[in-house]
Amino acid sequence: MSDDRRVRLTRAIDFCSSLRYRLPGLSEAENRVRFGPAARQHGHNYRLEVIVEGIPDPATGMVIDLKDLKQVLEREIVARFDHRDLNRDTSWFEKNPPTPEHVALVIHGLLREALGELLYGVRLRQDDDLWVEVTGNGADES
Amino acid sequence: MISVTRRYRFPAAHILRSDRFSAAENERIYGKCANPGGHGHDYGLEVTLTGPLEPDTGAILPVAQLDALVRERILDRLGHRLLNEDPWFQQEVPTAENIALAVRRELSEVLVGHSTARVLRVRLHETRRNAFECGRET
Repeated sequence: MSDDRRVRLTRAIDFCSSLRYRLPGLSEAENRVRFGPAARQHGHNYRLEVIVEGIPDPATGMVIDLKDLKQVLEREIVARFDHRDLNRDTSWFEKNPPTPEHVALVIHGLLREALGELLYGVRLRQDDDLWVEVTGNGADES
Repeated sequence: MISVTRRYRFPAAHILRSDRFSAAENERIYGKCANPGGHGHDYGLEVTLTGPLEPDTGAILPVAQLDALVRERILDRLGHRLLNEDPWFQQEVPTAENIALAVRRELSEVLVGHSTARVLRVRLHETRRNAFECGRET
């Protein structure tokens, strides 16, 4: 199953977003009790590390052209998340709060769609002291 | 698989010496780490959890709860201490390997019954140049 010609490469991008944790079934006061300061609008400098794995193309020697990967990441992630509010400007956090777990799962889903089997996983760093990694089928296997 | 990793720091002293060895053997095995007066490090501790996302918080374990557990069970216990005096290190030398294993054991035990999260991995940075890891990759 594992082929020793497979190579993993990591490309990082940054995006800055605002967000607040809330659940739709709860009142403002209940959300504040549940999530504390994170229930207020705040922001993070996210760093996303995207890990791609494959066998280098025999002719080009590349798993993926980094220019193409950069374009995919700009289109799928930066255009949607950078300098946006995750609750107001995207549709993924109406039912779930934008915890790093949920943000990483959304990103993993978007990149799985765009990159297919090339995607090995993602590491989303919310700051230097907190990050989430998603590989394989994400939350379905743990 | 999904995992969440949180990084902490604690300063601690230790002496790498074992009663199993003679003074000369301790010096030979542990070198300057065997200094009887001790030495210390700013340890960096990365705790990685995995598990289902809790429906009511959207997290494997809310960061505030993890912070409280790690502070109570690890940082308050090991921080600003001589590790050789801790009950965890009466039979074992407090090498970074053994510290990492002790942290994983303690946190794994305390999570049982408290949460659906489990400890996937512990990585302990002893200096900027060495890190020690036990458990699985994500």
